[in-house]
Amino acid sequence: MESGIYHTTYEADMALRRTPIQKVRLAAVIAFLLIFPFFANSYYLTLANQIGIAVVGALGLNILVGYTGQISLGQGGFLAVGAYTAGLLATRLGVPFWLTIPIACVVTAAVGGVFGVPSLRLKGLYLAIATLAAQEIIQWLIVHWDAVTGGVEALVVPHATLFGFNLNAGNSDFHWYWIILAAAAFTTIFTVNLFRSRVGRAFVAIRDQDIAAEVMGVNLFTYKVLAFAVSSFFVGLAGALTAHYRLIVTWERFTIETSITYLAMIIIGGLGSVSGSIYGAIFITLLPALLNSLGRSLSGVVPGIAGLIPMIQQGVFGLVIILFLVLEPEGLAKLWRDVKDYFRLWPFSY
Amino acid sequence: MTTAPSFATVSQLAPGEPQLVVEKITLSFGGVTALAGVSLDVRQGEIRAVIGPNGAGKTSLLNSISGLYRPQQGRILFHNDQEYNLLERRPDQIARLGVARSFQNIELFRHMTVLDNLMLGRHIHMKSNVLDCGLYWGRAQKEEVRHRQVVEEIIDFLEIEAIRKKPVGTLSYGLQKRVELGRALALEPAILLLDEPMAGMNVEEKEDMARFILDINEERGVTIVLIEHDMGVVMDISDRIAVLDFGRKIGDGTPDEVRANPEVIKAYLGEDHG
Repeated sequence: MESGIYHTTYEADMALRRTPIQKVRLAAVIAFLLIFPFFANSYYLTLANQIGIAVVGALGLNILVGYTGQISLGQGGFLAVGAYTAGLLATRLGVPFWLTIPIACVVTAAVGGVFGVPSLRLKGLYLAIATLAAQEIIQWLIVHWDAVTGGVEALVVPHATLFGFNLNAGNSDFHWYWIILAAAAFTTIFTVNLFRSRVGRAFVAIRDQDIAAEVMGVNLFTYKVLAFAVSSFFVGLAGALTAHYRLIVTWERFTIETSITYLAMIIIGGLGSVSGSIYGAIFITLLPALLNSLGRSLSGVVPGIAGLIPMIQQGVFGLVIILFLVLEPEGLAKLWRDVKDYFRLWPFSY
Repeated sequence: MTTAPSFATVSQLAPGEPQLVVEKITLSFGGVTALAGVSLDVRQGEIRAVIGPNGAGKTSLLNSISGLYRPQQGRILFHNDQEYNLLERRPDQIARLGVARSFQNIELFRHMTVLDNLMLGRHIHMKSNVLDCGLYWGRAQKEEVRHRQVVEEIIDFLEIEAIRKKPVGTLSYGLQKRVELGRALALEPAILLLDEPMAGMNVEEKEDMARFILDINEERGVTIVLIEHDMGVVMDISDRIAVLDFGRKIGDGTPDEVRANPEVIKAYLGEDHG
């Protein structure tokens, strides 16, 4: 902790940004996020939008897995619920886009809550298998319930309009950047606040020592189901955003592989960490893009490497997860903390 | 300078009235009988010790009271504003009635700070729902600050100011025991169940802990049920002592009565002083 900073009220002591340098850092990040889209081309904007959606989804998953300690392999299924709810509402019933998103969030929260019921009896690997069942059930329903979902065929979502303005026309990545940024900011702020107050504290207590939490007056059933619901709410938000941003919803996008990718995000970023979820989402989204461009620039030197890129990508992906688990189980968030700790006293760190 | 702080308990009972009545509870796991028809009464405002050799059923008794175990027979009645049968209630509901406890093997929330551990103890007194918490500003913040003040009084009382922002997993054993006591106190309990609060401590730490327990009992009127193996401490601070052996109660009374009880000497003290 920096010396020379004194707080005289509990409000100030409990504030999120307690020192001037933290406030400056936050302001710089906000400024960058606001200026970035005006200088970025559509490739970078697409990447940024993918990252933003991944941030929302990763935060949602981290609420459940990292903070509450309930392992979930159902992420892909819950994303699908959000995407299909938003997509179907817009396609079949013509519900305006700004209304489909909150409805999709609430529906996904309810579905997540239902699949969270087994968590009262199941822990760890057994719960993971139960959530895997959720993943498979949802996927099966989407594929086989043709009459409603359209089955294996892609669902084409109409353009989203906001106050008569078509978001998907013209420079659509630029328009969506602001929507997705707002969603990611809201999710981040909500999560940060949640875990510095009563309900989030109960979630973490359940993760650390569920029996003690219960004896201290936390209703385990209510709070475990609540954790599934809150988590799924944001996962549903990510799914709904995907549907409207991509304009196409297919079940292939929401398989068990998606669940694993999101788990990789929060493991690499840092379990039980808001900033970790963000770093992980950035890392996992950028990794394939980086490997792609690396492959392209090397293709002149190493002929035929471009064809190998998908395989190399899988390999690097697995390698990175193993390396993080072994070398830095607390993820990128911990690495960043270490860097800050090093420079706190730099250059007089003795 | 000891003024009664705001985390003091307001019990509805007068000192000496029966507060917790355990009636003939029998608890068995498969073929093993952990408790066989144990009865016990705890009066408002007393320090009630439960002693016995290892495996006598002391912790099973506490676990039955706090709702973690469900005895097959008997009743556990808790009196406050009215009579409650604890066997019909879940652990979290029992906590809300004013029954708090600590554990034999420390069961703190290891990755949370001392402050957060104590704040979790305030859970039942707070009302913010998930929306209040996520939006934070306004209701949730006011509530957090108000309960932080209560928690800070407990921190002062237990003399753990210096470690309030440390994750409890990094603290020494003795300090963890103290934090666990603080977390239980944060519930503002009417009755406090302490499972070996002094196990593994040196003499100085034991003296500190004994002083805290006496202060909680005398200044705040909290009833204490204490499981402890240190006979010196038990004989010194308890008002009444119950002795368990192989799941049965073999003695009950003031320290002097228990010390003179031949069956107790045979089963328990006899081994020490044999």
